[in-house]
Amino acid sequence: MADLYTVNKSPFEKNSLEGAIKFSGEGASILLIEDGVYGASKGTSAESMITGASDKKFYALKSDLKARGIAEDRVIDGVELVDYAGFVDLVENTDKVQAWL
Amino acid sequence: MSDIKKFMYLNRRAPYGTIYAWESLEVVLIGAAFDQEVSLMFVDDGVYQLVKGSDTSESDMKNFMPTYRTLGDYGVRHMFVDKASLEARGLTADDLIEVEWEDWETEEEVDNIVEVLDADEVKAKMADSDVVFSF
Repeated sequence: MADLYTVNKSPFEKNSLEGAIKFSGEGASILLIEDGVYGASKGTSAESMITGASDKKFYALKSDLKARGIAEDRVIDGVELVDYAGFVDLVENTDKVQAWL
Repeated sequence: MSDIKKFMYLNRRAPYGTIYAWESLEVVLIGAAFDQEVSLMFVDDGVYQLVKGSDTSESDMKNFMPTYRTLGDYGVRHMFVDKASLEARGLTADDLIEVEWEDWETEEEVDNIVEVLDADEVKAKMADSDVVFSF
């Protein structure tokens, strides 16, 4: 099993997403929460960070996308949307959680 | 005696993740009492403050997006948005809320005071302001 990385900062303001991708191993799960969900949007200058990291699995928290007006059809293909229960499942099913702030 | 200054509120942070957007909004609302010429500038992640369709019902946070639509009634005459910041985030003017403005004395009306500007125009608006409050 690999680790779960949570990223809660916008990729346009902080390099938390970039760092989590860079230092996480193959098969890692990266969950975008809070302002981190901006990184899940299609058609942005940050999109290639996620589309280029095909050895990892990406998730985004639904309620945070909703709060920020990001429609589900504008999320990058392959990013799985989870609710709070899904967040808990990810925590349970990974070795440990690393919060990238 | 007229002593009207041009105030600009510069917004560079996304809503919700930090308190900056909310604080800026509060200062704008309070400042409305002072009869100055007020404009808001949205740059970098600040452009996210104007994205429509926000729904905080599942997040246990107050949705303060509707407040932006009323800013025309609080003396805000212009809301400028940096074009490059929108483009970098995959957004266009169509993704943004519209804000009406009306001068109650002259009955002059503007349907939408939200305006997308290029970098040179942004620069000029900043230079033209007497005071810039940064959030």
